[in-house]
Amino acid sequence: MNEKLLEIKNNAIRQIKEASNLNALNDVRVAFLGKKGELTAVLKSMKEVKPEDRPKVGQMVNEARKQIENILEETKIKLENEALNHKLQAEVIDVTLPAKKKKTGHSHPNTLVQNEVERIFTGMGYEVVEGPEIEEDYYNFEALNIPANHPAKDEQDTFYINDKILLRTQTSPVQVRVMEKQKLPIRMIAPGRVFRADEVDATHSPSFHQIEGMVIDKNVTFSDLKGTLTKFVRQMFGKDTKVKFRPHHFPFTEPSAEMDISCFKCGGKGCRFCKGEGWIEILGCGMVHPKVLKMSGIDPNEYQGFAFGVGLERITLLKYEIDDMRLLYENDDRFLNQF
Amino acid sequence: MNTSLNWIKDLVPDLECTDQEYMDAMTLSGTKVEQGVRLDKDLEKIVIGKVEKIEQHPDADKLVICQVNIGEEELIQIVTGAPNVFEGAKVPVVLDGGRVAGGHDGKLVDGGVKIKKGKLRGVESFGMMCSIDELGSTTEMFPNAAENGLYILPDDAPVGQSAIEYLGLDDLIVEYEVTSNRVDCFSVLGIAREAAATFDKKFVPPVITEVGNDEDVNDYIKVKVENNELCKRYVARVVKNVKFAPSPEWMQKRLRAQGIRPINNLVDITNYVMEEMGQPMHAYDLSTIAGREIIVDTAKNGQEFITLDGQTRVLDSNTLTINDAQKQVGIAGIMGGENSMITENVKDVLFEAACFDGTNIRLSSKKLGMRTDASSKFEKGLDPNLALDAMNRACQLIEELGVGEVVGGAIDIYPVKREGVNIPFEPEKYNKLLGTDIDKETMISYLEKIDLVYNSQTNEIEVPSWRQDLLCDADIAEEVVRFYGYDKIPTTLPNGQSTVGKISFKHHIEKIVKSTVEHCGFSQAMTYSFESPKVYDKLLLDENDEARKAIKIANPLGEDYSIMRTLSMNGMMTSLSTNFGRRNKDVRLYELGNVYLPKQLPITELPDEKMKLTLGMYGEGDFFDMKGFVEEIFEAVGMRKKVEYSPESNLNYLHPGRQANIIYDGKVIGYLGEVHPVVASNYAIKDRVYVAVLDMELITANASFDYKYKQIVNFPASTRDLSMVVPREILVGDIEKVFDQRGGQYLESYKLFDVYEGEQIKEGFKSVAYSLVFRGKEKNLEENDIAKAMKKILNGLEDLGIELRA
Repeated sequence: MNEKLLEIKNNAIRQIKEASNLNALNDVRVAFLGKKGELTAVLKSMKEVKPEDRPKVGQMVNEARKQIENILEETKIKLENEALNHKLQAEVIDVTLPAKKKKTGHSHPNTLVQNEVERIFTGMGYEVVEGPEIEEDYYNFEALNIPANHPAKDEQDTFYINDKILLRTQTSPVQVRVMEKQKLPIRMIAPGRVFRADEVDATHSPSFHQIEGMVIDKNVTFSDLKGTLTKFVRQMFGKDTKVKFRPHHFPFTEPSAEMDISCFKCGGKGCRFCKGEGWIEILGCGMVHPKVLKMSGIDPNEYQGFAFGVGLERITLLKYEIDDMRLLYENDDRFLNQF
Repeated sequence: MNTSLNWIKDLVPDLECTDQEYMDAMTLSGTKVEQGVRLDKDLEKIVIGKVEKIEQHPDADKLVICQVNIGEEELIQIVTGAPNVFEGAKVPVVLDGGRVAGGHDGKLVDGGVKIKKGKLRGVESFGMMCSIDELGSTTEMFPNAAENGLYILPDDAPVGQSAIEYLGLDDLIVEYEVTSNRVDCFSVLGIAREAAATFDKKFVPPVITEVGNDEDVNDYIKVKVENNELCKRYVARVVKNVKFAPSPEWMQKRLRAQGIRPINNLVDITNYVMEEMGQPMHAYDLSTIAGREIIVDTAKNGQEFITLDGQTRVLDSNTLTINDAQKQVGIAGIMGGENSMITENVKDVLFEAACFDGTNIRLSSKKLGMRTDASSKFEKGLDPNLALDAMNRACQLIEELGVGEVVGGAIDIYPVKREGVNIPFEPEKYNKLLGTDIDKETMISYLEKIDLVYNSQTNEIEVPSWRQDLLCDADIAEEVVRFYGYDKIPTTLPNGQSTVGKISFKHHIEKIVKSTVEHCGFSQAMTYSFESPKVYDKLLLDENDEARKAIKIANPLGEDYSIMRTLSMNGMMTSLSTNFGRRNKDVRLYELGNVYLPKQLPITELPDEKMKLTLGMYGEGDFFDMKGFVEEIFEAVGMRKKVEYSPESNLNYLHPGRQANIIYDGKVIGYLGEVHPVVASNYAIKDRVYVAVLDMELITANASFDYKYKQIVNFPASTRDLSMVVPREILVGDIEKVFDQRGGQYLESYKLFDVYEGEQIKEGFKSVAYSLVFRGKEKNLEENDIAKAMKKILNGLEDLGIELRA
């Protein structure tokens, strides 16, 4: 009996090892352990065994069965792994084939710059505000200390609708509108479209964008203006950017300044980009003129503040090295898709 | 404003600096230098030579061989073809290895032309004798130079000396951007004062002495000013027995460096004083002044006058004029008259130095289209105190140069003298504004450098009358900090009450909309806010269409930019057209921009500025893609109600059968459609174009992110398919309305899966098939629940004449 069982077991193990796939393995299982299998047959023939030997024989059969089952299971796992590996190998793809991409659109480069400026200033506690593009002469000029017949009015080549209404030449009127609301302190930036009667060419456009900024509080100083704008340009153009403030004149600020930054192309050595100067003029700024504060109902003895104005297109052209302003308004897909 | 650096150095004798140092320092103290150009930038090794001997060239008829003395022991040999060379002539000679600015033809060469010794037709030549063009200037500037040929220098020109220095070409011409508040800096003296303060050196202006004979000017001329507002001061003096001659070389040099052509001693003096002091002057032929009387008054409307350039000008009652007893003789501050101009035969001259109202001059010169050197000075608003000084300076030069005999005394009509203002000295306020800690004495020292005097008795700053821009503390603070140095101001951040950085909800929605449409493949366009009224014809608008009621710009750049847009369509179509013309495929653009809707015309108040989102595309995609993009936008901003579309939009520029109003919550929120083929062709686009225009104000008003979680239901869904035969004119939207109204609480969703017209469907009908999904929220639905709902739906459909498909 013992020998018979041993023979069955060895037979089974040999056949299991020979099985090259899961189906063959299953056939082996059925041949030995199935209802009509060889080992099952041994169990069935138990009645021929003497009753006193039965438990011992039963135990032997069960042990043989267990051993066969174990090897079957091991082999099954092994064959399954082989099958999976085979499948995976068969499914290798060329990952360098082109991507399936939906064509996405792109923001206008002006918008990208504006977003960046807004991000920097909202991070410093500024609110982004807007004002009308068709504006009253009062807000565009008079309230900014540019009275009727002031030569600065001529300099700005204003488009007029009538005596009182015009296309704003600057975003500065938004300052006045915010100040009039009297919610102090003020930290604001006002991006927007402005208009000047310039013929279209590579560096001029009758319609462009500015970003105005203003801070009004009790102890705001020119040094705060310097600090704020230095921080701004270093975030905008890189932390090594050097700044230079030069005295200038604007009717609505006093003292006034223009700010230059070291050329971000050559780092200040002088190149074609900065016309060999090493510096690029970037914005105008100054302390809000006491007259302007007073006209908007703010007491200049209690409050003071600073304001600045940046040409959005100027930064866009510099940052992206665009050499012709007309490209910004042609909306050629091949241009827009680059940003 | 330009100045010669040599002239500045004459007025600030201790000034020692390189060109670059000068320009940098001036810019940093507030007199911004635009550029500096050296007159001798392309000139090198040029000396004064004397032609000692001339021989004919053996092999060339047009060439001669000159032996030239250049101040050294040996003469040098130079071959020239210049026609005007002669023995004894003194000429500029560029030596071997030197450079000249241009060629024989007078054309300047960038970087100059290098001159080397060489052979001309076999004869050696060791340099070149120069014409004025080769020196980079013109016969206009050097009237004594020959038009063609060598520049023959005066006999007293010192041989061997640098010709560059001799001709005043060793100079830097500095161009400044003078801001409108600094009227005083539109003069060499003003700039020199700034330069002296900037470099902390002594400023030495010319000492002006009043000259004149024993006669009295009042015996020669009377002056009456009728309008003291427009003529704040009028100074007149007389010069007798004028003798014309070229002005001396030193004066010509100065004028040339300022870019002014020397003419004769009299004209040169007035120009010199205008440059030096910033005060324009005018000279009349005294013999032409009828009644020996000058009357300053405004013109009559329509008054005609011939100016000294021979042009007839038509004046109006705002134009200030200079008149004699009978006639007009000049337009004040702008140009004199032909009838009184100085000619070669003049004997006695009437000099005028006045102060006219800047605004009036500016407006008159604009109206007349005449911007002269004089008017451009006057329009800035001169200091009236300048007029007499300038007049006396001119007369001093007249005498010095021997131009004529100055009659004693001056007529000076100056009813309201302008005084300088006094401003309280408040050093703490300046420091508080600047964020600095500059001590009082230092501040005073800065101020006194520019003649702002501190009066310790009154504790005031006495501001001279030429600084009309200084009125308040902030002004004085700027004067202090200009010389303290902007770079020395500390760099700090505001430390007041903290504020929250934020953007408006509108702005927030705009950002979401941008990113959504960009995700849908649209790139952002920007177009102008103004356009041509002709675009409304291009867009096929009816003659009385509301959109034609646009705001007109009074002074547009041209008709193409003359009205403020009331529709965003033209900008989009133009941009698409540009792309189509450039063969860009499958273009999708969007624009977020305002249209301007007047509340009345002509406008008396600010118009409504409505921001529109405009989508436009050609190539891939159709009407229903566009519809999908619109709904994606709505979804992105939380507009979750059902969007409806009504074909009643009636827009002329869209395809009559392919357009719809977009309705949200009962309101028209925009429109979409295929562009009318005629409009597309008006914009030269040979493809179907689809557009959608949405009102951002309404989008913002309906946007909401206030979502509430709804229980996810796990009861099974039951689906019923509905196949219908529908009269052709019924819209699927009408069918969906029936579903919405009659579906009941268990109808979860529905989906169109087929629309078909043609065979098997009777004429005038179409087949439409929907699949409807029912689901209970609290229970498993029974057949009966669904049947009831279906019955109600079918009844509703029947009312529309819809039958179930057999």
